[in-house]
Amino acid sequence: MWDEADLVPLSALQHWIYCPRQCGLIYLERVWAENRFTAEGRLLHEKAHEAGYETRGQVRIARGLSLRSEAHGLVGVADVVEFHRADGHWLAFPVEYKRGRSKDHAADRAQLCAQALCLEEMLGQHIAAGALFYGQSRRRQDVDFDAALRGQTIATIAQVRAMLRLGRTPPPPNDKRCPQCSLRQACLPAICGTGLGSAAWLARKISRALEEP
Amino acid sequence: MKHLLNTLFLTRDDLQLVKDGQSLLVKQGNEVLLRKPVHMLGGVISLGRSYITPQAMAFCAENDVALSLLSPNGRFLAQVRGPVSGNVLLRRAQFRLADDDKAANNIAQAVVAAKLVNCRGLLRRAARDQTLEADAEALALAADRLAQVLRRLEGAQSLEETRGLEGEGAAAYFGVFGRLISAQGDGFAFNGRNRRPPRDAVNALLSFAYTLLAHDISGACQAVGLDPQVGFLHRDRPGRPSLALDLMEEMRPMMVDRLVLNLINLRQVRAKGFAIEPAGGVRMDDDTRKGLLVAYQERKQKEIHHPVLDEKIPLGLLPHVQAMLLARHIRGDLPGYPAHFHKF
Repeated sequence: MWDEADLVPLSALQHWIYCPRQCGLIYLERVWAENRFTAEGRLLHEKAHEAGYETRGQVRIARGLSLRSEAHGLVGVADVVEFHRADGHWLAFPVEYKRGRSKDHAADRAQLCAQALCLEEMLGQHIAAGALFYGQSRRRQDVDFDAALRGQTIATIAQVRAMLRLGRTPPPPNDKRCPQCSLRQACLPAICGTGLGSAAWLARKISRALEEP
Repeated sequence: MKHLLNTLFLTRDDLQLVKDGQSLLVKQGNEVLLRKPVHMLGGVISLGRSYITPQAMAFCAENDVALSLLSPNGRFLAQVRGPVSGNVLLRRAQFRLADDDKAANNIAQAVVAAKLVNCRGLLRRAARDQTLEADAEALALAADRLAQVLRRLEGAQSLEETRGLEGEGAAAYFGVFGRLISAQGDGFAFNGRNRRPPRDAVNALLSFAYTLLAHDISGACQAVGLDPQVGFLHRDRPGRPSLALDLMEEMRPMMVDRLVLNLINLRQVRAKGFAIEPAGGVRMDDDTRKGLLVAYQERKQKEIHHPVLDEKIPLGLLPHVQAMLLARHIRGDLPGYPAHFHKF
C-alpha cells in the first residue's frame, strides 16, 4: 500500500514537533547526523541483544518490538511494550524511555501515541493509554491517547511525510532551542537564510580587502 | 562538527598497519611502534610500501577513517573508503549546479576572489617586513596586479573568464614568490611554479604540501556528503578531485605557502635534504619529508578566527567548515558560497 520511501519513521515525529529543521537534517541530510546515527545504531544494536520477553506477574514485557501501521504509513521500533492482564486479555501499554525529563511540548507524547496507533492496528485492540518514563526524574508519566493527541499525531505524520517527499530541509528557527541542539554545527542557524555568500556579500568582501591600508 | 582529528602517517616501507581490538597498531617486525585508538584518528596516509592488512583497511572504512595510499613523493595513488554515505539529495544538487554554468561560475568566482585576496594578503604582509627595497617594490607591484585582477573578476560572466583570471593571478603571485624567500642563496632559488616533477626544492615542498592539503579537503568534502570529484572551477576529469582542488584554491596561501616559507626562512629545511634526479626532478629525503609532515600537522593546530562562524577554530578545521558552508549553499540555505577571506 505504501511505497517504502513514504513510510514515516516513528522517531521522526518527536524531532519534527521539537524542530522541523532538526527533523530535516536528520532524515534528509543524514550526513550531518552521522555521528549521532552511529551512536544510535550502536545503542539499538545493544538493545536488540536484549530484545525479548519477560513476565512479571500480571504484566508481560516486550522489548525492541518492531512496529508498523498500514493505515498511517508508520514504521519503527518500540522500546518497551507492556501487556497488562485484563479480563482474560493481554492489553498493550507502550512505554517509551527518555533520558531527560518531562517536557512541556508534545513531542514525546506524539511519538508514544504513534506507537499506540501501530499497536492498535497490529493487535486489533483499542489502546487508551501508555506511559513515558523519564530517566532523569525517574518518574513515569501516564499518557492518555485522547482525540486531541491522536489528531495532532496524525497531522504530524502528514507533515513529516510531505517534507520527506519534497526533499527540502526546513529553515532554521534560530531561537532559544538552538544553543542546546547537538546539530547546531551542521545547521548553522544564525547564518542560514542570511545574505551570506550573495553577490553583494562577495563585492563587499572584495572592496573591503582592497581598501585596507 | 568534526573535531580536528589526527592523521597517522606511515612514512617508511617496512611498517605494518594492523587492527587490534578498537585500535590500529603500527608494527615493525614483531615490535609495536604505536597503538592508536581508532576514534582518535581522522585519516591514515601511507607514503610508500607499508603492509596494511585487509582487516585494518575494513576497520578504517567502518570507522570513517580515510585511508590513502600516496607515493613517497606524495602523489595520490588510492584510497580505501566505506560505502558512499551521506545525502543523495545533496550530491544531486551538487551535480545540477555543476552543470549550470552561471551557478558554477558564482561559486568559482567566490573561490577565486578569496584566493586572490589571500595571496595578496600574504604578499602585502611580507612586503611590510621586507628590508630590500627592490623586493618590497616588486611585492607591492604584484599586490597591485592582484587587485586589478580582483576588480575584473567581479564582472566575469563566464567560467572561462574566471579561470583565465585565476591563472593571471597565480602568475602574478608566483612571479614574486621567490622574493619571499630570504635563503635564496642557500639553494632555495625559486623561478616560478613547476611540477610533475618539481624542478627545485621550493616546488618540491609546495607540491608535496598541496597533496596533503588536497587529501584533507577531499576527506572534508566526503565527510559532509559532497562528491570531491565534481567541481565548479575545475572541470571534471576522471581521477581528479576537482571539488577538492576548487576549495584548495582559497586555502593554499595560509595552509601551505606560509608553511613552506617558514620552513625555508627559519632554516628548518636544508638544501642538502633534496636530491636532483637524473631527469632533473627534485626529491626530498626522508628526514626533510618527515619535517614537512610534522610542520604541516603543527600548522593545522594554529587557531584562527573564522569570520562567518564568528568562532575560533584550528586552521586544520577550515576544510571542514568550508565544505559545510558549500553544502549549505548547494542545499539552498545560503544564496552563495561564502569563501574564506583570511586575515594574515
